[in-house]
This record gives sequence, structure tokens and C-alpha cells, in this order.
Amino acid sequence: MEKHVVVIYPHPDDEAFGAAGTIRTFRNEGVPVTYLCGTLGEMGRNMGNPTFANRETLPEIRKKELIDACKVLDIDLQMLGYRDKTLEFEDRKEVATHLYGILKELQPSLVITHYPGHAVHPDHDAFGAAAIEAVRMFDEAERPTVWAQAISLDHVEKLGEPDVKNDVTGVFKKKLETIMAHKSQADGMLAKMKQEKVDIEESAKARLGSEQFYTWDYNA
Amino acid sequence: MEPIQIEKLQNEIDQFANKNIYVHLETTNGAYASHFDNNAYNVGAFIRNAKVSFDHGKVVGAGTKYRVGLKLDIGWIYAEGVNQYEKNENGQLLMAGHDREGRLMVALQLSESPFQY
Repeated sequence: MEKHVVVIYPHPDDEAFGAAGTIRTFRNEGVPVTYLCGTLGEMGRNMGNPTFANRETLPEIRKKELIDACKVLDIDLQMLGYRDKTLEFEDRKEVATHLYGILKELQPSLVITHYPGHAVHPDHDAFGAAAIEAVRMFDEAERPTVWAQAISLDHVEKLGEPDVKNDVTGVFKKKLETIMAHKSQADGMLAKMKQEKVDIEESAKARLGSEQFYTWDYNA
Repeated sequence: MEPIQIEKLQNEIDQFANKNIYVHLETTNGAYASHFDNNAYNVGAFIRNAKVSFDHGKVVGAGTKYRVGLKLDIGWIYAEGVNQYEKNENGQLLMAGHDREGRLMVALQLSESPFQY
């Protein structure tokens, strides 16, 4: 059983779409989980549908949504205060050292983050790379396992099949509830599904029912 | 935010003329544009808290399509595609254009004090 799981993603809602089922499964087993959320998604384009947010109110709205989502998941949350869309321009080593400082305190057995170069959004790639560098700073004997999530269209072709495939259909209601907590971001997707008259839970389950990761190889 | 009424917005823009103001200007088609459509190309530009002063500003357009231009001493600022605006409780003038799904495509914002950063 894992001792402590730390999730490192840059945006409020990355945890919901990417790993909510995995996280909730760990919580059901009694494993402590902490989410290190890099930014408040200040630059998000989704403003709700119909729009209820604007560029200036969005950070505070997304902060509340993030806190609510973490309540649904029953996990600890640390907001790290970076600014959305700027993570790749920060000094990589500085970010990695910042993350290492937090990880050293939390002593996780498992870290979940994005797979650099295969995570589509520049913040995902940059924060994933910094997280992997942060874990590298541990002595090998104390180093937590890293699960890296790839979402690029060609990741299977380039990297092979992910070695971790979590079927999360058993906790799917909680995953959907976590996504819904991010109302400003989920509205557009949900409106589209309603328009297409699809069963939202079934359709979401088909697309989001499996959470997949690559175990990072530090000796490669 | 509410749909642009040209006379009202023009009046709001005029309040910021010939003052030292802070500008937020951005446009983007999103970080996932080419992920969802391989014919798309991701573009975006962003500036926050540029200190400027403009001689005159003007909103032009009709229906749901407007442009706003600000004439500076030594240059210009403009945004195309804004369709909603709001004067918020901090006295900041927010103008933005959204697509049908409510996603922001362009924003031009004026403030007499710096935007939170």
C-alpha cells in the first residue's frame, strides 16, 4: 500500500479530468493524498456557459472550485502561486527546487505528474519536467515512484503502452462530481454533451473511465 | 459582462483618455487548438499592466462584432472581436470577445491602478 501520494499538476481541474478516479481509489484505501496545484488557471478560456466569469474574477472562482473539488476527493491541497501559462518561462531548476522542498516534507511514496513533452499544454510539460527533476534530487533509496501522464495524440506510438492502467469506473460518480466542481471549466463540455443528447455519465465514462500513466525510469 | 452598446462603451473608454493607465491585452485560440484540430496552429499574445496613456480611444462596429483602438503618443493599441464589456467594482473597464461555447478569444482591459498579478 502507498504511504502518501502527491499529485503535481499546474491547473485546477487537471486532477479532475486526469486522475480523480485514481486519487479517490487511494483515499478509499485510506492513503493520504496531497495535491500541489501550480496555478489558479488564471488564463483559462472557459468562462462558464453562459459566461459568468471574466479575466479578473476567474482566479478567485477557480480557487473556490479547486477547494470544492479537493473536498469531493477528500485530499489535502497546496496552492503554489505560479501564474497560468508562464510556467515554461520560469527557471526550471528553481521550480524543481521549490517542489523538492515540499516533497522532502511530505515524504511521498508515489508522485503523479504529467509526462514532459507528451502533455500538450506548455504548463503541463514544464511542471511535469520540474516535478521529475525534483524527485531526481532524492537519494535513490528514498526516491518515490513517479507516474507520468501522457495525453498527446501520439504518445502510445512514441512511448508504447502505459504500464499503469487504472480502471476507475467503480469510483466514476466521484470523478464526475469532481469535474462538476470545476463548473466554470466543465460547463462548455457538458453543454455540448447535452446538445448532442448523449448520456453524460456513460459518455464521460467511455472517455475518462481509464487513467493511464508511465512509471518514470530514473536509470534510463 | 453585457453585450456592447456602442454609445455606452464609448463613454466608458473616454473616461480613461489622457490619464496614466494600465492595459491588459490578450488573444488566444487556446493551448489545445492543434490537439483537437491538426489543421489549427496555436497562437496567443499577452501583456498585463503595460503603462500607457492614450489621446483618444474609439469603438467601432455593429451587432456582435466590435473593434476598439487606442491612439498613443508614439503608437497604437487595438483589439478586434470584442463583444461584451463590464465596468467592474474596481473601476476597471473589461472588454472581451467570446466564442459560442463561452470561451474567451480576445480581451482588452483598462485600469487606473495595476491589475492584480
